Amino acid sequence: MKPLNQKAWLMVLPVLLCVAFSAVLPLMTVVNYSVQDILSPTQKVFVGLEWFRDVMRDPELHGALWRQVVFSGCVLLIQVPLGMAVALAMPAQGWRASMTLVLLALPLLVPWNVVGTVWQIFAREDIGLLGQGLSRLGFDYHYASDSGDAWATVLLMDVWHWTPLVALLCYAGLRAIPEAYYQAARIDGASRYAVFRYLQLPKLRGVLLIAVLLRLMDSFMIYTEPFVLTGGGPGNATTFLSQYLTQKAVGQFDLGPAAAFSLIYFLIILVMCFLLFNLLKQAEDSR
Amino acid sequence: MDDSTPPLFAWMAWTPPVVVFFSTIAVMLLVMTVWEFRSPTVARRGLLPLVTTRGDRLFIGLLVLAWTVLAWIGLSDWDPRGGLLTGLLALVAILRWG
Repeated sequence: MKPLNQKAWLMVLPVLLCVAFSAVLPLMTVVNYSVQDILSPTQKVFVGLEWFRDVMRDPELHGALWRQVVFSGCVLLIQVPLGMAVALAMPAQGWRASMTLVLLALPLLVPWNVVGTVWQIFAREDIGLLGQGLSRLGFDYHYASDSGDAWATVLLMDVWHWTPLVALLCYAGLRAIPEAYYQAARIDGASRYAVFRYLQLPKLRGVLLIAVLLRLMDSFMIYTEPFVLTGGGPGNATTFLSQYLTQKAVGQFDLGPAAAFSLIYFLIILVMCFLLFNLLKQAEDSR
Repeated sequence: MDDSTPPLFAWMAWTPPVVVFFSTIAVMLLVMTVWEFRSPTVARRGLLPLVTTRGDRLFIGLLVLAWTVLAWIGLSDWDPRGGLLTGLLALVAILRWG
């Protein structure tokens, strides 16, 4: 194979320097904290890999990681097919298309803490539309005290907030398919399902991978919305990785374990990014 | 280390092992850059199920090294240096045959 010309990387040097100051220096500090017991700003004791050992064996961390994986899995399983279905149902042109696009984009414009607050009120059993509605329909719905209800509410909130992003990405992908492909399918007498299965779905592959990557990364780092809506409760039922980390670092001020946990969290994200990046690359190459 | 650390970087709470760790990473990056200029990488497929450049193999090897050490200390009470050695062997194998 031909050798790659890597000299273009020099052009990225200014950005790398900016990143060094905004990301690498804090990362170095976190690594330093992860091997010390910080008793006060002037009192630190070197403990080696002790915090990593503790964190790797922490059952609460295992619980938070498990909840996180299940949450991200549910998010992908619901949002990707739903987003695709919404995109397929959207009008292709005219004022209806513009109006649908604006309406779809609205949830994406709402700040994360506001989304949490809106859903906190919306889901209340005494004054909230959702909570009251479900109660009147005979459901025993209490998101503040029942872990199943809390999970369903957090999931529903995330679906409401982020499915439009998947839908918009799919919509853009669908609009990029040339009309000639549809004409050829019509001439061949292809059914609606055949058009979707053999034309639209393969053409959406790249877009779908980007959507999966974005939603997976974002759902894996979710913090604000469940924190505002449920505060991680009831118990630890909706405490995900970011919130557990914040509890450790800010709530308990365990800087050493929190730093070790941050680095493990960073490594998990790094592995996921690497796997998905390669999937994207392979999808691009196979086009 | 704290007493001699300049006030500008005191907040970073430097320790000698971490200095060694980041110095090693910096030297690795420097060596890879010089190597790249002297002999540009050729993407190839080895034992890993994907086409990789030298940099890719180093990145994958370092990830494997990190997770090996973490798994070692998380799952066993053995000396962590065993995990480090195993991870380093994996890193060398990935760089050579990956």
